[in-house]
Amino acid sequence: MEIYGLFLFAVGFLTMAMIYAVASLGVNINWGFTGLFNVGVAGFFAVGAYSSAVLTAPESVHHIGGFGLPVPVGILAAMVLAALVAWPVGKICLRLRSDYLAIATIGIAEILRLTFRNYQPLGGGPFGVNNIPRPFESLPTPWDQIAFLLLVVAIVGVILFLVQRAWTAPWGRVLRAIRENEDAAEAAGKDVEKFRLQAFILGSALMGLFGALMAHYVKIISPEGTEPLLVTFLPWVMLIVGGAGNNRGAVVGAILVWGLWTMTELLTGRLPDDWALRVGYLRIFLIGLLLQVVLQKFPGGLLPERPPTVPRD
Amino acid sequence: MIDFVNQYLIPALVLGSIYALGAIGVSMIYAILRFAHFAHGDLMATGAYIGLLVVWVLDATPLAELSVNVRLLIGLPLAFAGTAAVAILIDRLFYKPFRRAKSMIVVVIASFGVALMLRSLVQLFFGVDVINYADGIQFPLKMFQPLRILERHIYIVVVAIALMLVLHYFLTRTRTGKAMRAMSDDADLARVSGINTERVVIWTWILGGGLVAVAGVFLGMDTRLVPTMGWDMLLAVFAAAILGGLGQPYGAIAGGLIIGAMEELSTYPWIGDGPLVPPDYKTAVAFAVMVLMLIFRPQGLFRGRVL
Repeated sequence: MEIYGLFLFAVGFLTMAMIYAVASLGVNINWGFTGLFNVGVAGFFAVGAYSSAVLTAPESVHHIGGFGLPVPVGILAAMVLAALVAWPVGKICLRLRSDYLAIATIGIAEILRLTFRNYQPLGGGPFGVNNIPRPFESLPTPWDQIAFLLLVVAIVGVILFLVQRAWTAPWGRVLRAIRENEDAAEAAGKDVEKFRLQAFILGSALMGLFGALMAHYVKIISPEGTEPLLVTFLPWVMLIVGGAGNNRGAVVGAILVWGLWTMTELLTGRLPDDWALRVGYLRIFLIGLLLQVVLQKFPGGLLPERPPTVPRD
Repeated sequence: MIDFVNQYLIPALVLGSIYALGAIGVSMIYAILRFAHFAHGDLMATGAYIGLLVVWVLDATPLAELSVNVRLLIGLPLAFAGTAAVAILIDRLFYKPFRRAKSMIVVVIASFGVALMLRSLVQLFFGVDVINYADGIQFPLKMFQPLRILERHIYIVVVAIALMLVLHYFLTRTRTGKAMRAMSDDADLARVSGINTERVVIWTWILGGGLVAVAGVFLGMDTRLVPTMGWDMLLAVFAAAILGGLGQPYGAIAGGLIIGAMEELSTYPWIGDGPLVPPDYKTAVAFAVMVLMLIFRPQGLFRGRVL
């Protein structure tokens, strides 16, 4: 039975890693492709998670809802709503330099989280949204988890295929040109503001998808679940460790960093309760340290960015 | 009228002083090192918890008879020095390697990591629960009746003003302070004029880290200690620095006072009976001010740098 438990654990681990890979790919479109310093992942995560949750969860006294829509509709709505929130934010903030974008996106994220925490009708306030349906949960035990994992893997596969196409396409090349030298891109006749906005919205939509998938997987979303440490910082570390500007790196980074995160949890889990809680904070420290080491010693990450080879005709 | 002063103006002045002490550092670090320091809030928390350590240590000495506010005043220099040392160490380890980098944004990423590292250390040593420097309620001082002024309010405002005067003296009268202003105007010119820029950087961290530590102790004095207290302040402190014009220490002071006032006054029932902005959303006020500034006057009120 030991092996069976290990197998279930591996399935759960991979599911989480793949959900995080969606976020890491979203950050890559913002930062890796275009050089946009979006640190408001938590905000778009919250929009995505709550909108999909409210649309699909059963009725509750704590919040609006009871729509009981199918999960795919919720997930789609999550992406659209995250994009809709990103549009005005991008419109206002993208003209500013990267430090300002960072401050502004943190601010947006904090205000969105504040709203979900305090305005109960929207997402149940401190109660959150419970009983969010998970696809395939009616299947017998190992199969429901395996099916969900396959679904997430398929989603990551499709995204990876699309962003890889975008990376080699003229669109991706314009984004990189803007990242490297905004003035030159402008001089070459590119509408810098438009391209930036597109990249920002697309990345934010993926962050919304990240939220929706997480909500359906863990079946509950509450204000604590939108803690920036878990949903903003981890995806960023994953991308930087994996290699900013490299889509495959984003996915590899997600698996590695989530692996480290889970392993340290297993280790601290063996300590007495009081200590386990405290030493648990040590792993945040370690993840922070990992980020510093990668930034200083391996600035390109594990899989550094490679400019696409353009076929000659 | 007296209610308005007691419930809104006095808290506004106290909160504004705390923001101002934090914003000075953000502004100076931006002027000298050219990056937005996102670990500044968590440096504030570091200072506040060093203050807590001092209170605990003094509990074991005859000084335990002193009121907690006085013990904290004794702790202020220690919090200042300790946090300044932490800031210099962080700079050496995590920011200095990027000093010559083409883009400073990598330092901003590093400072995010530092913010979480600092917070996790606070959580490791002090736990996550809310801690108060002292239990019990403090009563307003009798001599100011009917104004509700607490002993700690006086300490906070007076010490904040004193520190700002010292800062002014330092920046205008000392060699190091002048070198700092020169480097803020033009780093390359300062370097070729023979100014030791690394020394200026160290002084920037001493002042920025030390002042924000004092702000942290005051915030803990006025409210309570919790590991996320710094992160929660970050937005308001940045808003204050931007409002005052980045790179302008005096602007940061004005910005801090304005943001503090706006946050507190926003809950006053200006229109109708209820508060204009529900207290739960006070943080959003600082943010709204910041966004408006970024759109209409990114150089700030006092002609700071445009990012």
